[in-house]
Amino acid sequence: MYPQNFYYTRDHEWVRVEGDVAIVGITDYAQKQLGDIVYIELPALGTHLEVHQSIGSIESVKAVSDVFSPVSGEVIEVNEELNNSPEVINQDPYDKGWIIKIRMKNKEDLNQLMTASEYEKYVESLEV
Amino acid sequence: MSYIPLSKKDIEEMLRRIGLSNLEELFACIPQEIRMSDPLDLPAPLSESELLEYFENLSQKNLYPKFLSFLGAGAYPHTIPTVVDYLSSRGEFVTPYTPYQPEVSQGTLQIIFEYQTLICQLTGLEIANASLYEGATAAAEAVLMAQRIKNKSRILVARSLHPQYRQVISTYVRNLGLKVEEVAFDSKSGRLNLDDLKKRLDGDVTALVVQTPNFFGVIEEPGEAFALAHEKGALRVAVIAEGLSLGLLEPPGSYGADIACGEGQSFGLPLAFGGPYLGFIACRESFLRQLPGRIAGQTRDAEGRIGYVLTLSTREQHIRREKATSNICTNQAWCALRATIFLETLGPKGLRELAYYNLQKANYALENLVAVQGIKRRFDGPIFNEFVLELNSPLSKIMAALMEKGILAGYPLEKDYPELKNCLLVCVTETHSREKIEALVNSFKEVIS
Amino acid sequence: MSRREPLIFELSGEGKRAFFLPPLDVPEKKEILEDIKLREDIPGFPEVTEPEIVRHFTRLSQTNFCVDTSFYPLGSCTMKYSPKINEKIASLTPFLNSHPLASEDLIQGNLEIIKLLEDYLCRITGMDFFTLWPAAGAHGELTGMMIIRAALTRRGRPRKIVLIPDSAHGTNPSSAHICGYRVQEIKSNEAGTVDLEDLNRMMTEEVAALMLTNPNTLGIFEKDIKRIAEIVHSKGGFVYMDGANMNALLGKFRPGDHGVDVIHLNLHKTFSTPHGGGGPGSGPVGVKKELEPFLPIPVVKREGSKFVLETNRPLSIGRIRSFYGNFLVLVKALAYILSLGAEGLKEVAEIAVLNSNYIRKNLEGIYYLKYSTPTLHECVFSDKWQRERGIQNIDIAKRLIDYGLHPPTMSFPLIVSGALMIEPTETESKAELDAFIEAMKKIAQEAVENPEVVKTAPHNAYVRRLDEVAAARNPILRWEKKD
Repeated sequence: MYPQNFYYTRDHEWVRVEGDVAIVGITDYAQKQLGDIVYIELPALGTHLEVHQSIGSIESVKAVSDVFSPVSGEVIEVNEELNNSPEVINQDPYDKGWIIKIRMKNKEDLNQLMTASEYEKYVESLEV
Repeated sequence: MSYIPLSKKDIEEMLRRIGLSNLEELFACIPQEIRMSDPLDLPAPLSESELLEYFENLSQKNLYPKFLSFLGAGAYPHTIPTVVDYLSSRGEFVTPYTPYQPEVSQGTLQIIFEYQTLICQLTGLEIANASLYEGATAAAEAVLMAQRIKNKSRILVARSLHPQYRQVISTYVRNLGLKVEEVAFDSKSGRLNLDDLKKRLDGDVTALVVQTPNFFGVIEEPGEAFALAHEKGALRVAVIAEGLSLGLLEPPGSYGADIACGEGQSFGLPLAFGGPYLGFIACRESFLRQLPGRIAGQTRDAEGRIGYVLTLSTREQHIRREKATSNICTNQAWCALRATIFLETLGPKGLRELAYYNLQKANYALENLVAVQGIKRRFDGPIFNEFVLELNSPLSKIMAALMEKGILAGYPLEKDYPELKNCLLVCVTETHSREKIEALVNSFKEVIS
Repeated sequence: MSRREPLIFELSGEGKRAFFLPPLDVPEKKEILEDIKLREDIPGFPEVTEPEIVRHFTRLSQTNFCVDTSFYPLGSCTMKYSPKINEKIASLTPFLNSHPLASEDLIQGNLEIIKLLEDYLCRITGMDFFTLWPAAGAHGELTGMMIIRAALTRRGRPRKIVLIPDSAHGTNPSSAHICGYRVQEIKSNEAGTVDLEDLNRMMTEEVAALMLTNPNTLGIFEKDIKRIAEIVHSKGGFVYMDGANMNALLGKFRPGDHGVDVIHLNLHKTFSTPHGGGGPGSGPVGVKKELEPFLPIPVVKREGSKFVLETNRPLSIGRIRSFYGNFLVLVKALAYILSLGAEGLKEVAEIAVLNSNYIRKNLEGIYYLKYSTPTLHECVFSDKWQRERGIQNIDIAKRLIDYGLHPPTMSFPLIVSGALMIEPTETESKAELDAFIEAMKKIAQEAVENPEVVKTAPHNAYVRRLDEVAAARNPILRWEKKD
């Protein structure tokens, strides 16, 4: 259900690693909780992020949710397509719905994150 | 009196259904020792006729309506077309709540949408909200909004901004670490002193706030001041305390305003001792996410028909809580309704004519008053429907003598502006006939000699 | 009602007019215009006639639900009947025509009304002083929190934190924030009330105030209010009470007698002034004696037989709006108090609580009630059982519209997922309550037997369900002329 080779956070972000770049999005569970996404606020390119720093927010009609950086580093790309089509996150949260790419400062940040099976257990614990 | 539609039998049946024997048991959840046992200390209830008489007597203690008054200063006497009272008093407009359920509130929502459109058309800006409390808090909200966008340490506020608006801005920003600085007015023209502005402007200014026509009735035309502010990265906030002026004068959008806000009382709301009035705010599209308050938007229903909803609510307190753009919830919807009826009744020609009458009559009054020995025009900048006179004898004595003649000549400025000793702010609108204006002029003549 | 009312802009026709001025009676001086930048036109501004205006607004009005036509059980909004005599009184000419800057001698009637209302609100709540200037509840909260901040600053430092229960209305955290405070949330316990242990732990000398709604948004009375106040006071903090739900307490409980330092009321809820489709409201703030120096200016004072406005008050938080309050709203609220008297107000609370409990009793077992604690003026059910069939609170709400009833509140309290917050008020007959109960039962049944009809409701309103997602994704916030 959750892509195996990704990392996950307790705030429902996922991370896919390509070399020293972390691609970040929100999980299917998170998009379902929010409902139809109508707006996303993205950080500026070049922003330096610490772990758990807010990188922006995602809004549905009746809710707003902060997105936190799972790793430290520099924002090297944002998904511009989300400005016009935020619903892509609902439709394809793990691929086309990616939010930002971060050049990681410290790959060890990843060690603090959950694996797919850990995250799955975590989500189950929330649903009880 | 009572407005409870339950019979004794109903009450008994309902209690039985709940499983209680008397009404007091419903309050068992309030511990006995803190529950009241004595009745409230209030006067015996009045019947409808007694109530009316009671308030008629109280209202008669107001002597103000017996006077011929030239008071303005942020609250303006204007004509109100009959249809405004007639339509706005319908129960379907008076007694609904905020339109949270759009399917049963299309009337209110469509009217808010029309109101937003009218405010955009009047201000020449792209986005307007559904209303704020009144002019001064609208100006304060504009400042908070500018601060969210710019996040700097000072705001510059024209000293010719309504004194109460300045006070409210200070109250609102006091706890946020934003410093309010005043920009002087030019002692000759009454307009913003551009030299003083230049001295104060630097990269650390969140916004420049200018009222036009300003508190002295002088039309500012803030384009140049706004250009200077913009150069230094400050937002340009135009305050319109006399909404009617927008019918005739250049709109804020054309002199570069980023945010326009102000008071819509002139649009169909009576003086009413200061309220309820109508705060309006409009801005450029790029600041939409920072705009406070409710906004109505157009959409479609499940059958594709056009309809209206409250939208972009994630800015607001009920969703974003402490991170909201404002804490405002209930606003002044019914006042915005009255403004909508008023503006749509007047139309572009009616509004322009009404504003034009104000301009002509005020200038006529000014011209005749300054012809009186001992009265000078204080500022030479062009005026809309208010102006400042300077008297060469103690103002309080003259005001008292005019009151003897049944005339309230205006608002004395010295209390708010110690530098404007013996200066009087006079307001003339379309409600002042030539006869009334001449009565003012003649009374001044008699009193001064 | 299938006829669509167009936007006024679509009815516009060049040269049409609904407003005519008499001839200008002063000599016209065109040269004045030379010094002024005039606008050319107001692009798109509508040109219509009076008959069109009247039809337009009358037709639009008919698409609104309102208290005058329908049961309106919006929780925490207290949608009671607004007496018509109060409207008439508020439109007496000397009230409508008085200028706010007239000298005190000329507006003694208005000042007396303000003083009388302040005085009666003190007696009703047990507070020592009131300011009537705040324009709505949230404005009252802001004013109240500013007063607390000013008092603490005077004592030495403003402190940093405000405690707010997780059941609170969203304006509480927002108001505290604008006042420069950081918000910490207190969790509700299993009874739906403030957890005393939690409060004890969180209440430190960094906490400026606890903002407490009582009865809270679950309709539950915070029975430990005395103990709560002791805990807050022992650390030098203030107790702020959100009095939005004061309707339940009239003549039963005076907050000022039991440790509340600051309270705001909503005259447009408890005191019957109409909501006007979203205002004007009025949010008077009451304080205990110690906080009086910090009230916003001006303050109305009695001097012998005269009333005066005092502005020279060095400790005041300052001015919170231009002029005074929403004066005409104040007039209506005073008329309401005078027409009901002590017995009448107590009866208001009793019947409001009776009506609410009658609904609760009849819907228990049909809708899920998260907290079994007794409730006062409102009760909060949820869609938990219906959600198993894919029906959410919003569907139930929209289906109620088909039965001619206004939906309950759904946007809070946040601690009840899928909330249906029902507040009937005292001005509903048993027949209206029974009709609501019947409709709610039918909808619960439909959720099982014919969920589609619930999910796609409303079916017979002026519009079908509106697409709020599209409205937010591509905002259309004004009419624009099409070329």
